[in-house]
Amino acid sequence: MSSNDQKDIDEVTGTDTTGHDWDGIKELNNPLPRWWLWSLYLTIIWAVGYTIAYPAWPMVSSATAGVLGYSTRAEVAQDIARFEDANGEILAQLASADLNVLNENPELLRFANSAGVAVFRNNCSQCHGSGAAGALGYPNLLDDDWLWGGDFENIEYTVRHGIRNEEDWDARYSEMTAYDEIFSNEEVDQVVQYVRLISGQEHDAGMAEAGTELFLNNCSACHGDEGMGNYDLGAPNLTDAIWLYGGDLESLEETVRYARFGVMPPWGERLSEAQIKAVTAYVHQLGGGE
Amino acid sequence: MGNYIKLIALGGVTLFAAIGANWGRDVAYIVHAMIIMVVAAYMFVRVLRRMDAPAYATPDGYMDDVVRAGVIATSFWGVIGMLVGVVIAFQLAFPALNFEVLQPYGNFGRLRPLHTSAVIFAFGGNALIMSSFYIVQRTCGARLWGGNLAWFVFWGYNLFIILAATGYLLGATQSKEYAEPEWYVDIWLTIVWVAFLAVYLGTIFKRTEKHIYVANWFLLAFIVTVAMLHIVNNISIPVSIWGSKSVQVFSGVQDAMVQWWYGHNAVGFFLTAGFLGMMYYFVPKQAGRPVYSYKLSIIHFWALIFLYIWAGPHHLHYTALPDWAATLGMVFSIVLWMPSWGGMINGLMTLQGAWDKLRTDPILRMMVISLAFYGMSTFEGPMMSIKAVNSLSHYTDWTIGHVHSGALGWNGMITFAALYFLTPKLWGRAQMYSMSAINWHFWLATIGIILYAASMWVTGIMEGLMWREVDANGFLVNSFADTVSAKFPMYVVRGLGGVLYLTGAVIMSWNIFMTIRGGAKVTAPVGVPAE
Repeated sequence: MSSNDQKDIDEVTGTDTTGHDWDGIKELNNPLPRWWLWSLYLTIIWAVGYTIAYPAWPMVSSATAGVLGYSTRAEVAQDIARFEDANGEILAQLASADLNVLNENPELLRFANSAGVAVFRNNCSQCHGSGAAGALGYPNLLDDDWLWGGDFENIEYTVRHGIRNEEDWDARYSEMTAYDEIFSNEEVDQVVQYVRLISGQEHDAGMAEAGTELFLNNCSACHGDEGMGNYDLGAPNLTDAIWLYGGDLESLEETVRYARFGVMPPWGERLSEAQIKAVTAYVHQLGGGE
Repeated sequence: MGNYIKLIALGGVTLFAAIGANWGRDVAYIVHAMIIMVVAAYMFVRVLRRMDAPAYATPDGYMDDVVRAGVIATSFWGVIGMLVGVVIAFQLAFPALNFEVLQPYGNFGRLRPLHTSAVIFAFGGNALIMSSFYIVQRTCGARLWGGNLAWFVFWGYNLFIILAATGYLLGATQSKEYAEPEWYVDIWLTIVWVAFLAVYLGTIFKRTEKHIYVANWFLLAFIVTVAMLHIVNNISIPVSIWGSKSVQVFSGVQDAMVQWWYGHNAVGFFLTAGFLGMMYYFVPKQAGRPVYSYKLSIIHFWALIFLYIWAGPHHLHYTALPDWAATLGMVFSIVLWMPSWGGMINGLMTLQGAWDKLRTDPILRMMVISLAFYGMSTFEGPMMSIKAVNSLSHYTDWTIGHVHSGALGWNGMITFAALYFLTPKLWGRAQMYSMSAINWHFWLATIGIILYAASMWVTGIMEGLMWREVDANGFLVNSFADTVSAKFPMYVVRGLGGVLYLTGAVIMSWNIFMTIRGGAKVTAPVGVPAE
C-alpha cells in the first residue's frame, strides 16, 4: 500500500521500477519499444500523405479534394462507362434484334446468353431457382412444357408483363374455378381420378369413368377435351408427368377444390430492352424453346 | 427524511407504471410497464418495512458483496448469451430451426440482437462493472463511494438488460446495431450509468494512493465515453409516452454516421478500453510481475482514446457517406494499429520472467491467448478498414469472423481469466474447485474460436469473391442464392465452434458454483513453481 515513489530495481530483469505500488502491482521503467514507436511514426507519415492525395479534410463549405482528384462516384461511373462503351454497340443490336433469327448471328447469340444468365440470376432465380429448375408453384423452365407458350414472342411477353399481377394492365390473366362449393365430395374424387387416368397414373377405373363427364362439362373449356391445356389461357397440360403443384391425390384434390393462382411480377419497367431480349433468349435456349 | 423521498418516488413510479400497463399501445410497452411496476412496488414495500430499522453502521473494508453478485451475473449471462448465439448460428445453417410455433419470438431476426446484447452488454457489461468495482477499490485503497449506490448500479444495470432482452423478443427495437433498446430503456440506462460514474469517480477522489493506476484510466475512459456515445446515438422523440416506438432525430447518412460513430466506439471503449482496464490489473496480479512499461501505458492510452473516436466512418465505406469522411475514418483506423498493440505488448511483456508459469497455470494461459487474439483482431481491424480490402470484406461473413475473434478471443478469454482469479479470492477459497476443468475450458474455448474464425474467413472471402465475379462482358456470374448455398458447410463448422465455446462456459459456471459451495477438491497446487 505504500506509494512513496521510492525507485527500486526489479531483480528478474534488472530494470528500474517507477516506484509506484498498487495492491502489489509495480511498473517497470522500460522505454517505448523502438519498433513500436517507429511503426507508429510510419503510420502517421503515411496518413498525412494519404490525406494529401485523397479527399480528406473538411473545410467550411466543402472538403479538400486531394491532389489525385479521386472520387468514389467517379470511379463507379468510369467502371460503368467502360462496360457501356465495350458493350454499347452489341447491346443496341440486341435491343432491336429479331430473336427468331438470333441463331444466324453467333456472336450476338453468345452475348445474349451471357447477359441473359446474369439477368436471370439476379432477378428470376429467387423463384425459378438459379438453375431455372423451378420449385413447387414456380415453373421449371428447363423443359418444353409451357403454360403460356414457349416461343420467343410468348416468353418475351411473359417477362415484360408478368402473370396475374396487379401492376401491369397487360399482364397475362386467367383464373381457375374453385370447385369446392360446386362439386360434391364424390365428384371431386371422380375428377381427380379422371386426371390421374389421362396423366397415365395409377387410378380407380370406375371413378375415372364417372369423372369423364364432369371433366368434359367443367374443365375442358380451358384444359381442352383431351386435357392437353391451352397456351392462351395458361391452362396446363394434364396429360404429361410434369406438375406445377403436384400430381398426387392430395395435391390434385387441393387444386380442384381451391384452384391455384400463381403470380409473376412484370419486368418491362425494371429491365432494359436489351435485358428483356437477353433473358428471353436465355430462357428459350434452356431446353424447351419452341 | 431520505426514506420519505424514496417512498414518494417509488410510489409515483409504481402508479405511473400501472397506468402505463393499462394504456400501453404495444405489447412490449405493456410488459415493460408491468415489470417496472412490480420492481418499484417491491422496492416500495422494502423501504417501508425498514423505515424504523436502525441505520447500519457503515462497514469498513472493501465492498465486495456487489462484486460477488457481479461474478454470478457475469457467468449466468455469459451462458445465456452464448446459447442464443449457438441457436442463431444453426438457424442460419438450417432455416427450418425458425420453428413455426415460435414465430415471431423465436425468429432469427429477433434472436440476433438478443445474442449481441446479451454477450456484449449482459456478459461483458456485468464483467466490466464487477471487475471495475473490484479494481478501483484495490488500486485506490478505498471502499466504494456512495454506500448502496453500487448496488443500485448492479441491479439497475441488470434491470436494463431484462428490459432490453424482453423488448427485442416482443418486437420493440429502434433498429440501430448495439443500440436497439427503445427510448425509456435508454433513459433508464443513462440514469444507471451516471450512478456508475459517480461511484467510480467518488472512489477515485477518496483514494489513499497518491497516483491513479493505469487500469483506472482505461476504466474511466470507458465509463465517460460510453455515456457520451449512448446519449448522442439515442436522441429520439417518442411517438407517445404510452408506447415504445420513437423516431430518431437524425436521418439518412447523418443517422448512419452517428450510429457507426457509436457502434465503432462501443467496440473501442466498451470492448477495448474497458477490457484493457481489466487486463492491466489481472495480468500483473496473476503473473506476479510488474507492468512492463509505464511510459508505454501512458502513450498508448492517450493515443488510443484520441484516435479511436474518429475511426467510425470505416463502417460506411462505399455508401452515401462523403469520400472525405471515409478517408479520415480509414487513416485514423490505420494509425490506431500501434496504439492498440501497445496494450498487447504491455500485457505480454509483463510476463517477462514468468513465462514458465504458462506450463502450469491455465488461468495465465487464458490471459496470454486473450492478448494474442487482441493483437490479431486489432491488426485485422485496421486492415479491413482499408477501402480496397473493405470492398471485398464488407457485408460478408469476414466481418462476423473478425468481431468474434475479438469477442470470443479477447473479451471472452480475459473475462474467464478474471472470473477464475476473482472467485476463490471473493469467497475465501484457496483456489478454484477444479484446475483440470479450467484446462478443459481453455482448450474447448480455444478450439471453438479457431473453428469459428477460420470458417468465417473462408466463407467471407469466398462470398466476397462470388459477389464480385463478372464474366468477360461484365455480367454477374453468381446469383445471391448461389453464395448462400455455397456457405452452408462453413455455417455448420461455425455452429460447432460455438458449441465448443459454450461448453467451456458451462464448465466454468459449474466450476464457479462448486468453488462457491466450498469443499475444495484436492489437487496439486497450480501457479506455484516446482521446488
